[in-house]
Amino acid sequence: MEIPRHWRLKKQRYGLVGEVCPHCDAKIFPPRDVCPNCGDEAKELYTFSGKGEVYSYTTIYEAPAGYDTNAPYTVAIVKLEEGPMVTAQLTDVDNDRVEIGMPVEMVTRKMRNDGDERGLIVYGYKFRPR
Amino acid sequence: MPKTKSLPRGVAVVGAGMSKFGAFPEKNSRDLFVEAFKEMTKSVDKGLDPSVVESLYIGNFSSDQFEHQAHIAPILTDAVGLLPRPAVRVEDACASGGAALRQGVMAIASGMYDVVLVGGAEKMTALNTAQVTEALAAAADVPFEISAGFTFPGFYAAMASAYMHRYGMKSEHLMNVAIKNHDNASHNPYAQFSVTIQKWMEGRIAAAIKKGKPAPTWFTIWDFLHDEAGNPTVAWPLRLFDCSPVTDGAAAVLLVAEERMREFTDHPIHIIGSGQASDSALHDRPELTAIPAAKIAANQAFEMAGVTAKDIRIAEVHDCFTIAEVIASEDIGFFAPGEGFKAAEDGVTARNGAKPINTSGGLKAKGHPVGASGVAQAVEVFKQMRGQAGERQVTGDVPVALTHNVGATGSTCVVHVYERRN
Ligand SMILES: [Zn+2]
Repeated sequence: MEIPRHWRLKKQRYGLVGEVCPHCDAKIFPPRDVCPNCGDEAKELYTFSGKGEVYSYTTIYEAPAGYDTNAPYTVAIVKLEEGPMVTAQLTDVDNDRVEIGMPVEMVTRKMRNDGDERGLIVYGYKFRPR
Repeated sequence: MPKTKSLPRGVAVVGAGMSKFGAFPEKNSRDLFVEAFKEMTKSVDKGLDPSVVESLYIGNFSSDQFEHQAHIAPILTDAVGLLPRPAVRVEDACASGGAALRQGVMAIASGMYDVVLVGGAEKMTALNTAQVTEALAAAADVPFEISAGFTFPGFYAAMASAYMHRYGMKSEHLMNVAIKNHDNASHNPYAQFSVTIQKWMEGRIAAAIKKGKPAPTWFTIWDFLHDEAGNPTVAWPLRLFDCSPVTDGAAAVLLVAEERMREFTDHPIHIIGSGQASDSALHDRPELTAIPAAKIAANQAFEMAGVTAKDIRIAEVHDCFTIAEVIASEDIGFFAPGEGFKAAEDGVTARNGAKPINTSGGLKAKGHPVGASGVAQAVEVFKQMRGQAGERQVTGDVPVALTHNVGATGSTCVVHVYERRN
């Protein structure tokens, strides 16, 4: 991976930084430099508020390698206040208390337990009830 | 949206066969493909001289990860003695087979070739479950979906919970799909699980007694399916019996130009519609209770074929998870949104129902060697349309049928419509 791309990815991981389209004002996440709404170039960075609600979710019992010590854990598709949806793990909540429509906010947390040894991203965004 | 095209030249399926699906430590993808090729050859009514095959399109998701062997198309071509024919590996995740079929259709329709072999192969069981999960995860958006700790059962579970929330379905409803598909597979000798859930449960009880352990108190399959010991939760609300298995298998179909089909058979099956669409990661879609690419692909195929969902007698759909079959049955227009789970409960999609789905046992029970699944769907409709499906043959004519093959969570979908004219 080229350095600038990697650096940007890291920034997004920690800060939920996407893009805003200068042509139609669509907020974009994950960033992709081309606006999915109008098709024009969109490279202006935009930091999301981190507030949203659970759009749908599941509790993972059979976890992949690197995530198994957390299992069972709940992952969700979160609809951000600004419109886009993100895929993220929920934290600081009992699995059986999660429901669709629950208001959540972003926090930075450790993502996986084998990150260091495998050179993978260790920290990133999760969401907790607000 | 691009205008729907028609096929410039007719395409017919004149042979179709598959390997036995299952877990075979002694077989690699070459062995499996040879098995499928032989079965296909046997099915050609007037016999097949393999040298007439001009080109190969082979669906394969990831022999690189599963077998440490890339560049699988020429290797499989060599294995069936078809060198030096051109061969292309087609990869669209779990829709690789359907996409390969579409490439074959286009190759013939264009006039480039008259006789094309479409294959699919995947050898998955050399890896353990965690490794298979990781290999399959590569078909999703790795930095933005998988890094959150999502898995494929998890994606479809999130679709299921959205569907339950929107339409009032209970997770129990999904069990009807698994029960039906295992029942169909119990009549399919090529299936990985040629066994009903009833027999499966009885086997578990017998095994416990034999080991001197206390016998589980399951009186009906519903007890079994509700018990974590029998049917553990994988990703709520999906349990083990909501998920397709890890499978080794291959499939092959022979496509020819209509003007040459009588050289091979007097009972050809025509491919009259082909559609394919692409989509984003799951979180970028307007809804989770349908697969937009499936609706687009189905509509393309219907328009090209000049038929509607009403005309389709049977369908093989991509039931990688039970919820996927429910959603598919709505996306292809068999049922209105929110009605698919009721149709499964009412037996409408059973073999003797009005709209049979997955008479083969589907991915759920026939097995899901990912790159082969889309081709194996074509094998089943070929057999059903020609009245050759044995004990699982549906009653009455099958003049029109459909296959629906999904890649990942619906980032790819391929739909084909088939017709029998005599
Ligand atoms: Zn825009």
